[in-house]
Amino acid sequence: MDRFIYMDHSATTPVKKEVLEAMIPYFSEKFGNPSSIYSLGRESKKAIEEAREKTAKALGANPSEIYFTSGGSESDNWAIKGVAYANKAKGNHIITSCIEHHAVLNSCKYLENDGFEVTYLPVDSDGLISLEDLKNAIRPETILVSIMFANNEIGTIQPVSEIGQITREKGIYFHTDAVQAIGNVKIDVEDLNIDMLSLSAHKFYGPKGVGVLYIKKNVKISSFIQGGGQERGRRASTENVAGIVGLGKAIELASNNLENYNAKLIKFREMLMDGIKERVPFVKLNGHPEKRLPGNVNFSFEFIEGESLLLMLDMKGIAGSSGSACSSGSLDPSHVLLGIGLTHEIAHGSLRLTLGEENTEEDVRYVVEAIPPIVQRLREMSPLYEKILRGEKNV
Amino acid sequence: MYSDKVMQNFMNPKNVGEIEDADGIGEVGNAKCGDIMKMYLKIENDIIIDAKFKTFGCAAAVATSSMATELVKGKTIEEALKLTNQAVAEALDGLPPVKMHCSNLAEEAIKTAIDDYLVKTGRKSFSAGGCIGCCSKCHEGHGEEGCE
Repeated sequence: MDRFIYMDHSATTPVKKEVLEAMIPYFSEKFGNPSSIYSLGRESKKAIEEAREKTAKALGANPSEIYFTSGGSESDNWAIKGVAYANKAKGNHIITSCIEHHAVLNSCKYLENDGFEVTYLPVDSDGLISLEDLKNAIRPETILVSIMFANNEIGTIQPVSEIGQITREKGIYFHTDAVQAIGNVKIDVEDLNIDMLSLSAHKFYGPKGVGVLYIKKNVKISSFIQGGGQERGRRASTENVAGIVGLGKAIELASNNLENYNAKLIKFREMLMDGIKERVPFVKLNGHPEKRLPGNVNFSFEFIEGESLLLMLDMKGIAGSSGSACSSGSLDPSHVLLGIGLTHEIAHGSLRLTLGEENTEEDVRYVVEAIPPIVQRLREMSPLYEKILRGEKNV
Repeated sequence: MYSDKVMQNFMNPKNVGEIEDADGIGEVGNAKCGDIMKMYLKIENDIIIDAKFKTFGCAAAVATSSMATELVKGKTIEEALKLTNQAVAEALDGLPPVKMHCSNLAEEAIKTAIDDYLVKTGRKSFSAGGCIGCCSKCHEGHGEEGCE
């Protein structure tokens, strides 16, 4: 199979040519340590500061509020643990949601073992938290609310602006994991009352291993890596110069092209969703029908299992992902799919396709045609489908 | 992560389907865990002359179903009862550690189908409920209470 269609852009994206070109000089030619005083070092330092400015501009922030990290998981860990430990005297309660990325959930679990209390807000069947639930969960000792901007699996976009208003009124810090949203949704941290925001370059055509934590001025947060004076002494370690340059270039390109990119992805997403719904019976769309990431399609195909589906799609040159237990390497399907109320059975049959830059209309048509016979083939193998055909089971 | 043999048996599984007048049927697993195997055996004079399956599950579950049915065809029920999950996994050139429970399911499915045949032919059931192999907890000795 010569054809290769990548529809897993929420997992990662290819580094854009312009981004790679911007990075290359910083490996061997301009290799100076940004902390060195001579011109070679100053050149690296300047490149980092330019990337910082580009990032700040894209987020509506001040450059002094941008901290480079090793990626989204580090940024989430820092935001949550950093605020928790620095504000312990004020309170020990954190609010998050049950469908967060594991970087957030496991940071919260870590803190629970260290005397903190965490409320995990439920979500509705579309994956949205309730603002009423949020208000009711706030206690005098609440110090942080961490709610993701958009979900990585089902694409649902949370009411971030309203959450920001609530936390601002109550004087509670608001962190959002925007790893999936950056480059897909317009984000202005000032307008949205965001105190901290995590992002990762490889989700918007930048390199892997580099991310950002935006920390609003005056947020009380402890430093994350103790060492030298890099990142204003809050995140020591010699900077990943080439990576940071790549992130800066990628975020600049993404914000300049946001409208076109969104329009294209939404068009393809609707084509994919409609095409699959028309051709395949017993299928359920996961995530909010409109409040979702432009490129995210997530379906549950009843009576079949996701990993089998992925492998058969792979044989047709299509790369996607699934929230089934088998593809996650555990016995339980994804916590997000269970969080929106799917039964284990339905959650096992999920398929996520996430669109991106290189996808064409022809790709979408190819995928829409490739899926139905594969689903049918797996269903014919499935004892669950057999029961449906015999009318032994209600759907 | 999968051996070529697993992929071959997954992409082109042997013995998929049902046997209308099966002499023994065994269904094991649980949709909650993401794996269900249903085995159909045609048995004459205690010799398995045909075996078919339907499986809801991952590639390893489909491949082990395919291999297990191949391995028991032509065998006496006594021989088939000796089929171990390790033998199924080995015939597939191994399974990733997290997928070993799938080979367990195949072994259980065959045993359950043979048990069904024994009961139907007026003989004593050799199993008394217990583990249906729907999860990997078998190795942790969950005892009689099963998975839930």
